Amino acid sequence: MTRIENLLKKLKKQNKKALSIFLTAGYPNIKTTEKLIGRIEKYVDLIELGVPFSDPIADGPTIQYSSQEALKKNINISNIFSIVKNIRKTTKVPIVIMGYLNPIYNFGLKKFFSEAKKTGVDGIIIPDLSYEESRQIRDLSKISKIAYIPLVALTTGKERAIRIAKSSTGFVYVTAVTGVTGARNKISGELIPFLKKLRTKTTKSLLVGFGISNSGHIENLRKYCDGFIVGSAIIDLIRRKKSVEKFVKRLSFNTEK
Amino acid sequence: MIMLPDKNGYFGQFGGRFVPETLMSAIFELEDFYKKAKIDKSFKKELNYYLKNYAGRPTPLYFAERLSKKLGLKVYLKREDLCHTGSHKINNALGQALLAKRIGKNRIIAETGAGQHGVATATVCALFGIKCVVYMGSEDIKRQALNVFRMKMLGAEVVPVNSGSKTLKDAINEALRDWVTNIKTTHYIIGSCVGPHPYPMIVRDFQSVIGKEAKRQILEVEKHLPDYLLACVGGGSNSIGLFYPFYKHKSVKFIGVEAGGLGLFSGKHSASLERGKTGILHGTKSIILQNKDGQISQTHSISAGLDYPGVGPEHSFYKQTGRAEYVSVTDNEALNGFKLLSETEGIIPALESSHAIAYLPRLSKKAKNKVVIVCLSGRGDKDLDIVFSNMHK
Repeated sequence: MTRIENLLKKLKKQNKKALSIFLTAGYPNIKTTEKLIGRIEKYVDLIELGVPFSDPIADGPTIQYSSQEALKKNINISNIFSIVKNIRKTTKVPIVIMGYLNPIYNFGLKKFFSEAKKTGVDGIIIPDLSYEESRQIRDLSKISKIAYIPLVALTTGKERAIRIAKSSTGFVYVTAVTGVTGARNKISGELIPFLKKLRTKTTKSLLVGFGISNSGHIENLRKYCDGFIVGSAIIDLIRRKKSVEKFVKRLSFNTEK
Repeated sequence: MIMLPDKNGYFGQFGGRFVPETLMSAIFELEDFYKKAKIDKSFKKELNYYLKNYAGRPTPLYFAERLSKKLGLKVYLKREDLCHTGSHKINNALGQALLAKRIGKNRIIAETGAGQHGVATATVCALFGIKCVVYMGSEDIKRQALNVFRMKMLGAEVVPVNSGSKTLKDAINEALRDWVTNIKTTHYIIGSCVGPHPYPMIVRDFQSVIGKEAKRQILEVEKHLPDYLLACVGGGSNSIGLFYPFYKHKSVKFIGVEAGGLGLFSGKHSASLERGKTGILHGTKSIILQNKDGQISQTHSISAGLDYPGVGPEHSFYKQTGRAEYVSVTDNEALNGFKLLSETEGIIPALESSHAIAYLPRLSKKAKNKVVIVCLSGRGDKDLDIVFSNMHK
């Protein structure tokens, strides 16, 4: 069992929902990313570090913007491994790398997983990696004991969703909307029935992301999933120079009810 | 005919499906419908009806006599510029729109660089009464104003894309984001042989009407197959359409001409196959222009239709296996090609096709009196402003 699976199991026993926070690595700069992690780690269960990519097709304007800004500073995978290495000195929070395939492929898949293991990365999410193309990466994640976290969408058929869930060694990332990332007021009406159905088909942990941006969402969905992933809402706060800490603290209070 | 791609969408080691999970259901659905349509006589009949009576096929294979004499080659032009809407793009747009109708999608989106694919898509949407949205980089909107106006006249909504390089690559990103959001109602007509499987195969099949006709036509006049096939390559749809039906005929050499922009060492070009390396972009594994970190490069070409950092996976396969040779010509050479064809034959070519024409003088040095078919993929009306301003610099 991976560290992430152990953590989620523990949370479940305590009747707590997992809170995962997404940060674009190196936005607005490396120092801020490291400092922010230090400030919010006590409120969150997982931290996702996004690898900025020039052509992020699954992302809305907010994450696109933060990626472009990070790329202006030439942030690359090596920088991100250094961030992980630095924060690992003081923190035990599981860290997940989220990145599009091309930069990872270009870095070298084997090299990526061995460096990730060495620096203390716990999981990997690749939004443009379909189940059909995932075998090699699943094998490498198994060898290096890094959780493989696949995505399931509202458009994913039943059989396929089961197959994808089975391939997970961390949790299943359920996208809450048919669309790209970005804070939203309303979450799709299809989500709850979808989660209910998925729950009957798999025992894997289900974390919901894409559009999750406030306590209300967590309140409404907490019965049907094992945790939440918040991304764009955090990037918005960083961009507007508002307190991420306060926001995360409030969400964290909400997941502990 | 070879059976490529394989069932996973691979041409050798290129191709595949690398997209967000939300899109996978629509991709499988498209693949299913296409498989059925391909063997359905009524689909073929319907498509052929529109290709003949609406698009104006078959297009002529024209012997360019004065040009041939000048270069010491036997040059035939496959006149896709004579298709309705002025380029080969209509072949694919018609095919995919008919597929979308079968699937039951009532909204179509497309991306466009030079505007030719946008115009073709807007046209077929008007023809079949389907709502149409076209994504276009704001840089391309500026340089292809006439085509933007055309799309609007045809009832399409043209959405400017301001991210990245504001050109074709970013228009594709935005179209993919729209598709992820509106997947249930919308079909995405990709305009080139790029994108996740089954797109490269579908676009190639719909465009291979070019090569099938050319083969029949050249056998009629020359009584033998050509020595060379020559076509420009951006994403690569007109070239793959010309090449593919000749794949088995090893005596026929394929030459794809990429956009060399300001020169291969200037960093401002779109010559993916000459300067790129294997990577994943827009749902497919192919050869792409990227930096050392795997970030996609900004490209340049005088012709908006070639201004793209990738190429269809089948071209990467042809390159790797040596079946085709890929070369590039610069912006200036393309302008010379534009003038050359205009002056010798009274045909004003699109700047994309001008790249293919511009390679002829180089080819003539090693291929004296050989028979060459050039795909004249589009007509040049849309580019007159650009050519005008470049000639008066």
